[in-house]
Amino acid sequence: MAEWNLLTLVGADRPGIVARVTRLLCGLGCNLGEASMIRLGGNFTIMMMVSGAKPDDAVLAALAPVVEEMDLRVHLDPSHGGLHHHLAPNYQVRVVGADRAGIVADVTEILATRGFNILELESDVAGERDRPIYIMNIQGYCGETLEALDGALAPLAERGVSVDVSPVDVLIG
Amino acid sequence: MAVLDILKLPDERLKQSSEPVESFDRELGDFIADLEETRQAGPAAVGIAAPQVGRFQRIVILDVSTRPKTPNNGYLVLINPEIVHWEGYAMGREGCLSVPDYTGNVIRATQIRLKAQDPEGRVQDYAMEGFEARAAQHEIDHLDGLLFVDRVVSRRTDLYRRKVYKS
Repeated sequence: MAEWNLLTLVGADRPGIVARVTRLLCGLGCNLGEASMIRLGGNFTIMMMVSGAKPDDAVLAALAPVVEEMDLRVHLDPSHGGLHHHLAPNYQVRVVGADRAGIVADVTEILATRGFNILELESDVAGERDRPIYIMNIQGYCGETLEALDGALAPLAERGVSVDVSPVDVLIG
Repeated sequence: MAVLDILKLPDERLKQSSEPVESFDRELGDFIADLEETRQAGPAAVGIAAPQVGRFQRIVILDVSTRPKTPNNGYLVLINPEIVHWEGYAMGREGCLSVPDYTGNVIRATQIRLKAQDPEGRVQDYAMEGFEARAAQHEIDHLDGLLFVDRVVSRRTDLYRRKVYKS
């Protein structure tokens, strides 16, 4: 087993998934690092960094009963990442618009051309059923100025998408 | 003058409440100089509180004056500080010398008025806003045994706990 693996588990949401999975990993002597766990569209999704002395096959074999019982899909991928690789965001981008295909691509393409590194993106569809609105929140790092980002994103306003960029000031105290 | 050791999580001492300062003497002045030297030695901290170096007295140093476009009251030594008024709230990202390698979003009041004594014991009043107000709240929390990790809201959503500040 590589020093760190990225373990992905997805299944219909129900109470107890996290407890069962993590207890099992603990029993194998695995350590958990950063993790993202969230309910998405009725599924519960887990992505977490796992390290330990056991070979990959042993981890998957140990997880098999839970995976079967809770009907989870599972992946275990070696990862070069480890602990203490945090990057602090310096910009937050809030996007709101009538839901239509392509909003994410439109916004993130522009950000990518400015070298904007997305560290976190979460999005949701809200509003009324027949008039859905798309809401997206991005935090990331970019070496360019606020004015440059605002200018690059300005054309989106004409297409009915409201984009607000604000600096993220990290206070150390 | 000396750079003091910073207490770091999970050191239980960070959770204890600090006592008011009663003597405004030479020794206090010496300690404040050490505390400031410690603040400057670390990674760009805009504030530091005495309990972070294991002295459990109500002493805070604040200085956001080196940041561009940030309203501020300059270099401040706040002794026995007390927030007497707060208004508004905003989310902002914080980190801490006592919690290395972690930052999180915290809701703080955007405008505060504060009473504190200076190193000579004279009572002073300050009005603070924005980043400076945030820094003051972060440091004063240390005096009550609270760290920003006790106030972090979800990094994924802007959900707020309804009541954030004790009155």
